[in-house]
Amino acid sequence: MTATTPLWEVFIRPRNGLAHKHVGSLHAADEVMALQSARDVYTRRGEGNSIWVVPSAAITASDPDQTAENFEPTADKIYRHPTFYEIPDDVGHM
Amino acid sequence: MAEFEALLEIADDHLILGHRISEWCGHAPMLEEDLALPNMGLDLIGTARTLYDHAGKLEGKGRSEDDLAYLRDEREYRNCLLVERPNEDFAHTMLRQFYFAAFMRPYWLAALDSTDETVRGVAGKAEKEMAYHIRHAGEWVIRMGDGTDESAARMRDAVEALHIYVDELFDSSDAAQEAEAAGVLPLRDALRTTWDRTVAEVFAEALLAQPEAAYAQRGGRQGIHNETLGHLLAEMQVVHRAHPGARW
Repeated sequence: MTATTPLWEVFIRPRNGLAHKHVGSLHAADEVMALQSARDVYTRRGEGNSIWVVPSAAITASDPDQTAENFEPTADKIYRHPTFYEIPDDVGHM
Repeated sequence: MAEFEALLEIADDHLILGHRISEWCGHAPMLEEDLALPNMGLDLIGTARTLYDHAGKLEGKGRSEDDLAYLRDEREYRNCLLVERPNEDFAHTMLRQFYFAAFMRPYWLAALDSTDETVRGVAGKAEKEMAYHIRHAGEWVIRMGDGTDESAARMRDAVEALHIYVDELFDSSDAAQEAEAAGVLPLRDALRTTWDRTVAEVFAEALLAQPEAAYAQRGGRQGIHNETLGHLLAEMQVVHRAHPGARW
């Protein structure tokens, strides 16, 4: 089945102003059918107002074997988190 | 009670086609379509419910949407014959859906000007649903018609089998004519040009020819149906008839 209907990754934007977020994948023959299926499979409960579909084959993923060298060096750089100053009450939500 | 009868005809079209589509639930060729088909079925049944409810109130005999859906026999059903045709295969199912939606989209667009507020409300919701049904079913018609030898042969068979049921869509019963004259419902006959254009565009891409109908099969609006409707109603109504008044 994957020869005629390859895999597609689906991204949904929940609201204007937010980013498209990965929600899952599906099989479809081409981009038109992939968009329709995404609409039918992933937006049945009002999940969003915009859909992207991307051929899964077009995604380049990081290598799980490189997880340690990719991500562990950030663990001891807590100064990158902006948690060291107080926000005045008047500023409200940021 | 022309308006009651005319609304019943449209409600029956939607309920019967919605039930037919629901028969695919759990049987569709791929998971994606197994969700898409019930989605479309639910659109149709939702429209039917609103119309039954409204028709029942106009009739004024206290019949609810359930009474109208579950307690009428085959001869009392007024749906057109196209919608009761069996699913057969995916080609028949998608072509039937495409034909019906290509009719209902311009119908609901015209009904946005109805003198009846409930009809206007249904029209506003349903025209968008029908636009999607045209797109979804139309894309399948194109892919099967211009697909493999097998899919093209199946789609040609579906065209051959279903085209005799097309003309009935454009007929207005006596009740419908009264409702049309009163501005409640759109003129069915006036929608032919739009339907022809919608179908011609998709058929051109699908490499399909629209055959001239040697004759048109009619009778649904008089309650004269194919035997398949009886089987459909038996399955659809059995729980309600076996357990009258049961609630979830």
